[in-house]
Amino acid sequence: MSAPIIAVDNVSRTFVQPLDVAARLANLFGAGMREAVVTAVDHVDFSVRRGEVVGLVGESGCGKSTLGRIVAGLLPPSAGEVRFHGRPIRELADKPARDGMLKVQMIFQDPAAALNPRMQVKDIVGEAPVVHGIVSRAGIAAHVDALLARVGLDPGYKTRYPHQFSGGQRARIGIARALAVEPEFLVCDESVAALDVSIQAQVLNLFMQLRRDLGLTYLFISHDLGVIEHLSDRVVVMYLGRVIEMASTADLFRQPNHPYAQALLANVPRLATAKRRFEPVKGEIPSPLAPPPGCHFHPRCPFVMPRCRVETPALKEIAPGRRSACHLNDEPGRS
Amino acid sequence: MAPVLTVENLKAHFFIRSGVVKAVDGVSFDIAPGEVLGLVGESGSGKTVLGASILGLVDPPGRIVEGSVRLVGEELVGRPEEVLRHYRGRRVATVFQDPMMTLNPVLRIDTQMIEAITAHEKVGGDVARARARDALAAVGIASPDERLRAYPHQFSGGMRQRVAIAMALLHRPQLLIADEPTTALDVTIQSQILALVQALCAESGTALIWITHDLAVVAGLADRVAVMYAGRIVESGPVDAVFARPLHPYTRGLIDSIPSRHRRGDALAQIPGMPPSPARLPDGCAFAPRCPRADAACTVAPLVSGYGAARSTRCWHPHVEVETAA
Amino acid sequence: MSVPFDLPTIAGPAAEGRLRRVWSEFAESRTAVVALAVVILLIVVALAAPLIAPQNPYDLAQLSIMDNKLPPGTRGFDGRLYILGTDDQGRDMLSAILYGLRLSLFVGLAATAIALAIGTVVGVVSAYVGGRLDAFLMRLVDIQLSFPAILIALVLVAILGKGVDKVVIALVSVQWAYYARTIRSSALIERRREYIEAARGLALPHSRIVFRHLLPNAFTPIIVVAAVQFAHAIVLEATLSFLGVGVPITEPSLGLLIANGYSYMLSGSTWLSVYPGVALVIAIVAINLVADRLRDVMNPRLRL
Repeated sequence: MSAPIIAVDNVSRTFVQPLDVAARLANLFGAGMREAVVTAVDHVDFSVRRGEVVGLVGESGCGKSTLGRIVAGLLPPSAGEVRFHGRPIRELADKPARDGMLKVQMIFQDPAAALNPRMQVKDIVGEAPVVHGIVSRAGIAAHVDALLARVGLDPGYKTRYPHQFSGGQRARIGIARALAVEPEFLVCDESVAALDVSIQAQVLNLFMQLRRDLGLTYLFISHDLGVIEHLSDRVVVMYLGRVIEMASTADLFRQPNHPYAQALLANVPRLATAKRRFEPVKGEIPSPLAPPPGCHFHPRCPFVMPRCRVETPALKEIAPGRRSACHLNDEPGRS
Repeated sequence: MAPVLTVENLKAHFFIRSGVVKAVDGVSFDIAPGEVLGLVGESGSGKTVLGASILGLVDPPGRIVEGSVRLVGEELVGRPEEVLRHYRGRRVATVFQDPMMTLNPVLRIDTQMIEAITAHEKVGGDVARARARDALAAVGIASPDERLRAYPHQFSGGMRQRVAIAMALLHRPQLLIADEPTTALDVTIQSQILALVQALCAESGTALIWITHDLAVVAGLADRVAVMYAGRIVESGPVDAVFARPLHPYTRGLIDSIPSRHRRGDALAQIPGMPPSPARLPDGCAFAPRCPRADAACTVAPLVSGYGAARSTRCWHPHVEVETAA
Repeated sequence: MSVPFDLPTIAGPAAEGRLRRVWSEFAESRTAVVALAVVILLIVVALAAPLIAPQNPYDLAQLSIMDNKLPPGTRGFDGRLYILGTDDQGRDMLSAILYGLRLSLFVGLAATAIALAIGTVVGVVSAYVGGRLDAFLMRLVDIQLSFPAILIALVLVAILGKGVDKVVIALVSVQWAYYARTIRSSALIERRREYIEAARGLALPHSRIVFRHLLPNAFTPIIVVAAVQFAHAIVLEATLSFLGVGVPITEPSLGLLIANGYSYMLSGSTWLSVYPGVALVIAIVAINLVADRLRDVMNPRLRL
């Protein structure tokens, strides 16, 4: 396989809510109030090769959306860097944009909120290529028509406004807008989550077709394991800001290593299962404001050991192409 | 055993400026005591309005125009509000997708639960509080005494849903209607709520209608399933049979659209086009424009036909060839 | 496998133009429609004043000092009928009111338009840039809004002197803050929406994002504010003129007319003040009724 086109190098992102005047005053009197710090992304490290689809999966508070935005260049990391073709992404915003930010585009979750309600579809799709000189003003109409056709929309409706389209069609418009600037890499942040199942199938098929036709690479963020399984070559599983397992899709779904990954897969409702008793993992997902020490998952883990409460497990390679962050892997006799 | 709920030809229409929206257009089903019925449909299918109609919670400009809803033999349609209020909470309870539709954000949990108890029973404050506390413990909330004094915003989404379920089951109703209660929750939390509802309903003998768009949840939870499209039930029957050998082309299309059923990388079978707008339903079968098996006969709305073993469908061309006679 | 073509759902309400929808809801209140008709009538009349007024009240050659303080309905020295009477200079009150209305509406509209432009730009840039600039500008707005408008206006005209343009400047200085604050709130919400993120992801220049994406979507609440402030501007100008620090005596607005006639109220020549007053009240009430109805109609429609 070719060299990675996106390398996420030890990226972290914290959000700090600074103390306001009242809190600072209180501290003068010894109140001891601290700023609220959320470590949304905690030392994440992985890379994506050309043509790959990497699925990024996790529940609320795991940081996948934040990480997605960092990879897409919409949010700067607090630490570490993201490199695109070897060059740090943050450099790219200064160079001619064409070589930079445009190559990495994001497809958003809510098709209604992702389109400017006051712009016609032809402008939504055609604005950026004209502004950046990718297509001349004379040629933009044909460019937009071709893009709309490619995503399965009738170009005759390009003078309409977003609210006149259905959810699935709006999702396609969002995809056309991203494709208009000729990207290489797409970050899809829950792009099909808001769609009905039958429409979801159409849009997923579209993603797969575009991958074949245009040679695109994807980072596909979703909470829906069925979609991830279907679409991805590799899967990255996150929990409370940390990557806890990385493996090929086949490996992960056949035999998940990390107890959280096991719980996740065991609890996903499957159509094939008959009526059954649900046996869920116990406990609530902790708040990112106060993550448990050591391994974040230890309060809910059925296999917890004393070591897990104090020491954060490192993401270690347990097999070629597989990494997992669990102390159990250090124990002898663990398969 | 006599069914807990019998719905017959229920129609709930909305009368708006641009026309009539037939959200629910002739729905019939029944549910036995302790049974779990999965009501499945995509957006616009009418499933939420159906849930609301059963309780008489359809507000103007909508109203129930026809049909009957009988709870243990007693007719609910057309009854005055005071009578319906007696049923709600006591005999039929609801849980919504957003627990904040059930919980009042400015009142403490104990206030709300005690209010819910004393609304239907004459008991003292202490007795009510004890029952509230027990209800919270039954839904798996740790330190229930402390939690009673908290406000809804101090709970996580999953816990709020547990409180909503606790409140719903306070009076051991005969029927619980749950409208997408886990759609907004994470997978592991959803599993917890499903386990909880399953256990509680089994223990109290409460029948459950679980409204959702997620077929997989229904597969694991329900005894029977009813699939809705454009305001009508297009197929119903035991869950295993319906999902393994669907009769109606829409059901089959839905099942084939789900990614996990396919080998990786293959294109998903997709239903072409989009569901019709409830404001402008076509005459005849509403699914015909998208159906690979449609023909001239489908310009007339299909009637419900039975196919043994409590299965039924509304289709002139169901996939009967795969269904062996009961 | 080809991806199928879809047709957009053009169902019911979504197909109607937004404008038509707003209008049909607006029109449900008969009071509001009547009020709107009145406002339009006043504007038309004010625009046409030079054409329809019986005399030009500022042309001294046309005045007949002998006709001064004639009650409404009397005939003048040369047989002319003065429908609303004359003032102490012999001016036809009807003409004076028409011209006065013209000036009042003009000042109100000009002040509103300029304040809207300035306030909108400040508010939306403030919301987009955020940080220290936003904090500074909003403190400025807060300070401005904590003073009574009339006080600031008085101080300004005292400094700047009399004149229509000075009055407009004073009104703009008072009113821009309302627009800034309103659109900032609206823009702050819009700024978080995904289509703005998408615009940033497409590396569009900031100015384009602010004026082409953010501003049009944050603008709706401004319409209601503008309608209300229009009335407010007229009242403010009338107050200033009444106090004698507004428009010059050679171009009286309604406020100044009221002031001129004030001294004659007790002696029985009430029409000098009352009729301009009535015209002013009608204008303001009508505008306020329209603004009220607009607010009711547009509030739930802040999203589209």
